[in-house]
Amino acid sequence: MSYTLHHPKWHRDSKPIFWWILRWAYIRFIFRELTSVAIAYFAVLLVLIYRAVQSGPEAYAALMGSLAHPVMITISLFALGAVLYHSITWFNLSPKAMVVRLGRFRVPDLMIAGGNYAAWFVISGIIAWAYVTG
Amino acid sequence: MSTSIKSNDPFWWTLFGAGGALSAMLVPMLLFLTGVATPLGWVEGPSFDSVATVLLHPITRLVAFALISLSLFHWAHRFRFTLYDGLQLKHLYQLIAVICYGSAIFGSLIAAYVLWPM
Repeated sequence: MSYTLHHPKWHRDSKPIFWWILRWAYIRFIFRELTSVAIAYFAVLLVLIYRAVQSGPEAYAALMGSLAHPVMITISLFALGAVLYHSITWFNLSPKAMVVRLGRFRVPDLMIAGGNYAAWFVISGIIAWAYVTG
Repeated sequence: MSTSIKSNDPFWWTLFGAGGALSAMLVPMLLFLTGVATPLGWVEGPSFDSVATVLLHPITRLVAFALISLSLFHWAHRFRFTLYDGLQLKHLYQLIAVICYGSAIFGSLIAAYVLWPM
């Protein structure tokens, strides 16, 4: 902001680093933001799966074997809880980000969120079916 | 403080939103199957041949790359604001943005390289 070169600094209350621990709503907010770490973790895992598949059956079996280590299963369980929370909060917020109008009719929030959930269940069902029968 | 989205940059926000939606749809079941159900023996994972056939199909590769890359940008955007707000690091605004989005770009390049080996 070059045009306010000598402008005095804005006053800001300094907050402690863990200000968000004070309220349950803030903790949920921070936790929701941190679900993105679990999303990124899965993205990395998917790259590793691709690399293993392209290296051959042994590499793939080795990767699957390492995922069966208790530490990895624990990480997966935490990540799974986080990504579920991500999906639920995302679908619940979707009507706020996506306002659909048909003429003068505004599609109710519940229908948009419900449509998201329906798509989620159908897609998850297809993935599970393909995986189990594959 | 209940809303986290306050970027004024529509480009990053679009990537964040696309990654959030795509990962919300796909990741829970994929992670449950690969990270929990199969290692615990609840389901028998598909054979290597069928995994390779499905994953290496051109359409699957495109979807997988979109999922990986957009997920990384989704992370970058949320993590950036978590650092700003959660840890009160607003004075490191540019550095954090460069590190977060830079990691997502770098990760996407690696993903492209792995998915489409030369």
